[in-house]
This record gives sequence, C-alpha cells and structure tokens, in this order.
Amino acid sequence: MKLVLGTLTLCAFFGSALSPTSPTTSFGPAPASGALVTASPGEVGSVKGKALFQGEAPRRRKVDMGSDPACHALHAEDARDESVIVGEKGELANVFVWVSKGLEGKEFALPTTPAELDQKGCTYVPHVLGMRVGQKLVIKNADPVTHNVHSFAKKNKAFNQSQQGGGKSLEQVFDKEEVLMQVKCDIHGWMSTYVGVVAHPYFAVTKADGAFEIPGLAPGEYTLSAKHEVFGTQKTAITVKVDGVVETAFTFAEE
Amino acid sequence: MTVHPSSAAPAGRGSAPLLAGLFVATAVLVAYGFWSLGGLPELASRHGVSIDATITYLFVTTGILFLLGHGVLTLFVLRYAGSAERAAPERGSPHASSKLEWRWALVPVLVMCVIAEGGVLIVGMPAFAQLYGEAPPDSFVVEVVGKQFEWLVHYPGPDGVFGRSEAKLVNDARNPIGLDKKDPAAKDDIYTRGQMHLPVGRGALIRLRALDVLHSFTVPQFRVKQDLIPGFLGRTQFEPTRTGQYELACAELCGLGHYRMRGFITVESQEEVDQWLSEQEPAF
Repeated sequence: MKLVLGTLTLCAFFGSALSPTSPTTSFGPAPASGALVTASPGEVGSVKGKALFQGEAPRRRKVDMGSDPACHALHAEDARDESVIVGEKGELANVFVWVSKGLEGKEFALPTTPAELDQKGCTYVPHVLGMRVGQKLVIKNADPVTHNVHSFAKKNKAFNQSQQGGGKSLEQVFDKEEVLMQVKCDIHGWMSTYVGVVAHPYFAVTKADGAFEIPGLAPGEYTLSAKHEVFGTQKTAITVKVDGVVETAFTFAEE
Repeated sequence: MTVHPSSAAPAGRGSAPLLAGLFVATAVLVAYGFWSLGGLPELASRHGVSIDATITYLFVTTGILFLLGHGVLTLFVLRYAGSAERAAPERGSPHASSKLEWRWALVPVLVMCVIAEGGVLIVGMPAFAQLYGEAPPDSFVVEVVGKQFEWLVHYPGPDGVFGRSEAKLVNDARNPIGLDKKDPAAKDDIYTRGQMHLPVGRGALIRLRALDVLHSFTVPQFRVKQDLIPGFLGRTQFEPTRTGQYELACAELCGLGHYRMRGFITVESQEEVDQWLSEQEPAF
C-alpha cells in the first residue's frame, strides 16, 4: 500500500512538474494530490524513449473538407492529416504508450480533472487522447457547425451523439480498459480520433519528436506497449529499478 | 337500393353554382401552386430538353383529359341526376345498350394508352437513349461513391485508368473510397469529398458506387436522378450545357444525416477542369 501511495504521489509530482513545460511528452492525468505523501522519490523509477518509423514516410494528405463549406472556411491554410506524422529523423507522433502488464490488481486514485476532447476547425483535438477508466471525458464543440460524436467502442458501451456548434458539452465515462477506441464524426468523414482508456496513470502519447516519458513507476517488471492507429501494436518487457530510468524505443514500419 | 327524389326541384341543379365554384377555385389554386414554384430549375443538360418536353406533354395532355373528364362528369350529373325520368337506363332495361357501354369503356382506355404511353415514348425516347444508350467515346469519366453521409468523387488521374478499390480497404479518414495502393493504376488517382468538376459541352459518364446503403445521385438542373446500389457498379450519363455551380443531392433517404449529404458540381471549360485536376493531390 505504501508503495502504491508513494507511486501516486510521485506521479502527481512528475505530472505537475513536467507536463506544462515538456514540449515533447504528454503525461497521463495526475492523480489527485492530497494526503498521499508517504514515499520518497527514491522509491520509484521511470521509463522513457521514442517511437520511430522505418521506411519512406507517407505523405501527409491535405484534409479535404470540400463537402462542408462551413468547415473549409475555418481554415486559412489546408489542414493536414494527423494519422501519420513522421519527423525528419523518423520520429513518429501520436503513438499511445502504456504499461499493459505488471500493474494488475493495483488501484490508483482517479484524477479530479476530466479528460478533454475538443472539436476545432472540424478536427479532433487532441488526435490521440489518453485517459483513465472511471475518469470523466468532456467532449466540447468549439466549431460553429454541428458534429456527431460516434464512438466505435469494442469493450466499452458505444455512444453516438449529435452536438450543435458551440453547444453543451457531452460527458462520457468508460468502465473498461480499451486501447485504442476510435471516435468519429458521421457528418464529416475525415474527422477521427483515438482514445486510450487504461486503469492506471502510466501512459503517454508521443508528440512531434516521437518522445514519451512515463514517470513514477514502482520498481518491478512490466510490459510496455505502444499502439499506433495505422501501424499497430508493439510490446517490450522492461525492468524498472529505484531511481532508474529505463530507455526504450519502438520502431514501426508499414506492413 | 335506388332512391328517386320526388321533389320537383332537382338537387343537382341547385348545387350547380357550388360545384362550379369549387371546380374554379381548385383550378385557380392548382395554377397558383405551379406558378409560385417557378417551374423546374433552369435546364443545364442536353438530354434534359427531352425530359422537359415529356413533362410538359404529360402536364398538357393529362390536364386536358382531366378537364374533359370532369366537364363530362359535371354535365352528366346536371343532366341526369335528380329525377327518375332523366336517370340513365339501368343495365338489363330495354333502353340500355350493352354495346354502347362497352364502347364508352374501351375507347377512353385506348385513347389514354395512345396519349400517355405512346406520347411519352415518342417525346421521351431521345432522353432515354441519351441516358441509357452507349456513352459517347470521348466522355469525361468520373466515379461517384456514395456513403453515409457524403459524396466522394473519384477521378482516374493522368493515366485515365481507375485504380482498384475494395470495401475492406476503406478508412473514412485516410482512404475513404478504399483504393488499393498496391495497384499501380491507383497511385495517380484523385479523389475529393463532394467536389466535382465537369467540362461543359462534353458528355459526362458517371460511374456510381455505394459503400453502405442506397443513395441517389440527383442534380435537378441536369434532370438526372439515378440510384446507387451497394455491391453494384451503376452509371448515368449526361452532357452539361451551361457553366456554373450545381448542387448534387441525395434523393434516397439514407439515414439520419441524409439531409446533409450534398456535393458541389462546377461546370466549366475543359481547360479549367484540367487546371483544377492538376492542382489536386494524387491518392498515394
């Protein structure tokens, strides 16, 4: 229990200390802080690394919004497809990385803040979102047009709701782990996002430089997985030691 | 049971002004209804002349038959209703003529057949031939794919050959028409969401595919309406005759978002179409 509480505290520490400043890594929502300060930083380790793409990077197509002039008018320049974003050195963005094995039976406090998914310029922001089982998901619509938020959940209960432009936010809570759950707009065929729902706070989404970091992991053996919406899933075994940083990399390629 | 009114003043004659008033009022309202709609949208295709002629022919002939039929009906009501002396002889009575009855039943049927079917065939056959006959060899070929709730427009690209497509390859965001990137012919294909450019004065051959449910390719100005059936490669053809912007609508209720299923057709010169195509991204 002590270890768990310590892990939670450290995760809260790293979450608050690194998330706003790190340009490259997004962390899972920090657990609620409060009376959980019972462990020292010396009791946990972390894992960090990169997602890379091997081969000729696919061209990022223009997002064609021609079927809805209202969406098209929201962009001064053409929006580009976000499903495969590869950097100059092969860095792959929008990969969901999470601890898929090694945390069974452990419970972690839920974050007090909800996860947020917005619809801006007829695209989903963010393109890949990580959140917790039981955490509230708030879905906003910043656009002046009506969208239709349609989840293609396979393990959780699917939902399909219409949302007026600038209208009331929608709320959802998922009760099962599911990586990745696709959410689409039936009105605008190009709109697609993926939500990774996990039961613990140890997840990250790679940004433009392909990097991720998951801090605050208790020492132990884990399976770390990485999933990309196009290139599939990869797994690796890691051993976390106290104060240690495990470095790893996931390399994806086209089938 | 037959009732013969015994009153000296026949009821039919007393109602004559009311009947005539209703008839005139209905006719005026119908005429106003058509006038206020402004008629059909301005014609923009070659075969549409024949379609419009067919519609006009049907309006005029059925209108005349309507007036004629109801005029005769009114006349008969006024002339024969109201008393036993004026009533038409019943079947089997010495004054009834079976031959006459047959004649007056069959002749209108034959006349209607000739006017309606024969007339429509003669007036409408050119449109039928242009819509369903052999497409002109120099036709501009485009594929239109209907899916809930948008029109995807697929061009063969510079090689003039449509790449292979398959339903299982469809990805709404990345590959909405399911093109097979392994097919060399697919690499230069072009597809857009709802944007279709057609050359004026050149036959357009539209290949039609549906990915999910029934849709209907409908452009009122072109006088074209053709269903898209999942699993079946359909087609329609027409020749745009006027430059401008036209809306492609779905005329088959296809789901909750049916009302939003719109496409945008631009008819312009061949040079402008070529220029527009050259600005589009190839599929792969």
